[in-house]
Amino acid sequence: MTQLIALLQAGIMFGTVILYGSTGETLAEKSGNLNLGVPGIMYLGGIVGLMGVFFYEMNNPEPNKLVCILIAMASAFLAATLGGLIFSVLTITLRTNQIVTGLALTIFAGGFANFFGGSLNRLAGGVGQISVATTSSAFRASLPFAQDLPPVLGMLLGFGFMVYLAVAVALFVDWFINRTSIGLNLRAVGENPGTADAAGIKVILYKYLATCIGAGISGLGGLFYVMDYTKGTWDSDGGIERLGWLAVALVIFSGWKPKKGIWGAYLFGMLFWLFFYIPDLTRRSMELFKMLPYLVTIIVLVVVSMRRRRENEPPAGLGIPYFREER
Amino acid sequence: MKNDNTCVEPFVRISKRGVPIPVWKAMGIRALALLAALIICAIIIFAIVKLNPLKVYVAMFEGAFGTNKRMWVTIRDMMMLLCIALGLAPAFKMRFWNIGAEGQILLGGIASAFCMIHLSGYLSTLPMMLLMFVLSIVAGGIWGWIPGFFKAKWGTNETLFTLMMNYIAIQLTAYFVALWENPIGSNTVGVINARTKIGWFPELFGQAYALNVILVLTLTVIMFVYLRYSKQGYEVAVVGESQNTARYAAMNVPKVIMRTTFISGAICGIAGFLAVSGASHTISTSTAGGRGFTAIIVAWLAKFNPFVMILITALLVFLDKGAIEIASRYNLNNHVSNMLVGIILFFVMGSEFFIDYKVKFRGGKQKEVQA
Repeated sequence: MTQLIALLQAGIMFGTVILYGSTGETLAEKSGNLNLGVPGIMYLGGIVGLMGVFFYEMNNPEPNKLVCILIAMASAFLAATLGGLIFSVLTITLRTNQIVTGLALTIFAGGFANFFGGSLNRLAGGVGQISVATTSSAFRASLPFAQDLPPVLGMLLGFGFMVYLAVAVALFVDWFINRTSIGLNLRAVGENPGTADAAGIKVILYKYLATCIGAGISGLGGLFYVMDYTKGTWDSDGGIERLGWLAVALVIFSGWKPKKGIWGAYLFGMLFWLFFYIPDLTRRSMELFKMLPYLVTIIVLVVVSMRRRRENEPPAGLGIPYFREER
Repeated sequence: MKNDNTCVEPFVRISKRGVPIPVWKAMGIRALALLAALIICAIIIFAIVKLNPLKVYVAMFEGAFGTNKRMWVTIRDMMMLLCIALGLAPAFKMRFWNIGAEGQILLGGIASAFCMIHLSGYLSTLPMMLLMFVLSIVAGGIWGWIPGFFKAKWGTNETLFTLMMNYIAIQLTAYFVALWENPIGSNTVGVINARTKIGWFPELFGQAYALNVILVLTLTVIMFVYLRYSKQGYEVAVVGESQNTARYAAMNVPKVIMRTTFISGAICGIAGFLAVSGASHTISTSTAGGRGFTAIIVAWLAKFNPFVMILITALLVFLDKGAIEIASRYNLNNHVSNMLVGIILFFVMGSEFFIDYKVKFRGGKQKEVQA
């Protein structure tokens, strides 16, 4: 039982990272932009959030926790939005291929993040690895009432606030896409930009905003990874990149519905950590077990493609650049 | 009252070029983009290390070509990247987004390492090389064929399928590394057959990497001919442009997809063979090292022309080696190279827009109307 709860906890932690990523990506894809730069954007969010508080903590001997959180979130969101802006300028205005541009963004941002993650401290004149203990503890502080709850419930409600924020953001985006008129316009842009344009919807503006704000949300996933998952340090073994790709997979898994993405993300997380909770695994079989989330993703992809249900289809205009004169 | 004359003209007007612009102009635009990118890179380098950027570029050049040994390592890495790009070209020309080169390389690498470890002593050099070559082709090819099969049968999204195959291949590699680890407890395979050199590429003309060059350049010519002059290459192009057209022309589209993905994976498998048997003589989860992604951009920017790919790989590998040199001289980490490569890619990709489209600003238009 405790094992199961521990697995669930690990799954939720892991799932939160990719939930941010996939919620943001869903928003972008609804506008017809297939942004494969999600891993890169999460990298940007993670590293710039970390850098922001790093300088704040360095210059203030007694940092205020609330300010720490605000700085981290603002800088992560902003940096990720800028990443989305690079992608938008290239794909929407300059009409480059979305897949290739996304990959280039991932290469660039991966280099940027790992470079500064690895050498920021040295550039700033410090020694050893970058670390922001105060901010990280602020991010990981559990909700105030969690201690008074019974143990099982307390464990599930004892995460840092960003875990719950992720769920809220996913629900909000789901509501926004499906229940508001702006969301309806956005879906129209993704399905058939030509028709949307004829109806007087500003296609280019919608695409830019959806992609950039979506990128900002994805970037928070990177921040959560850095602050909560790796406890305010930088690991340069490409963890964020792996999770970023899983976030892209989760978009398809959830059928472009952020609400469904919530439990999908936790399921992915539990599959990822399953190897840790199965007793008596040798290291070799452990490596084989770690294939599980990827195998499941493939199976889901194949099943989805075989069933061809209408509500699980991607936006019809996904991946196609829009140019008014090419109709 | 508003009439046509007072109607505000848009600030810029964009139209597709009816007639393609001359080659020299297109090359000029690309060169300008590259120059702009190099300037931005220089500014970033300056901001980080506070040194004259020109000196930094000289240092980069020394890092890549400074000594005979360095030059050969640069050439070796160029060949590796070129080989992957060659493999990806047919798949991408068919608009099959094969992002799984990393995995296909690793599978080829596993096959080569398997031969080196388990068959050493049974075979002499030539049959050993041939067997490794064939096995790595088969392993990489199957890895590429699997997503192709599902794409052909059910239209399964290949972008994510191939991507997930990468991670499965990485775990598979981790499994074999644990299986073959040497010495035990190190979690690495170590240099395989370090003493006997069984399964290593033999030296040709006194150069350890001459065989890599010969192999990949041969492949370059073959791929050029295959894509441009063969019937299969034509089928690839038609399926890429429009599957309906291909069907109308009585092409067997699923067969073309499966065949092309096999070829694509197989050549990436050869790249794995090059990496293990012809370069590092070991295998690890980072044997592919992100080159499968970089190669996509190489193939794309070259518009699938194998000879143009040579130029682009040369540029990218030079930047990579140069950045590593700077990183080690100034005590930074060498991820800086990816950052610079990314900036250059943004500029070069963006510049294609100005080759395909005409941009008119508001001021210039007035004259044209009157004239």
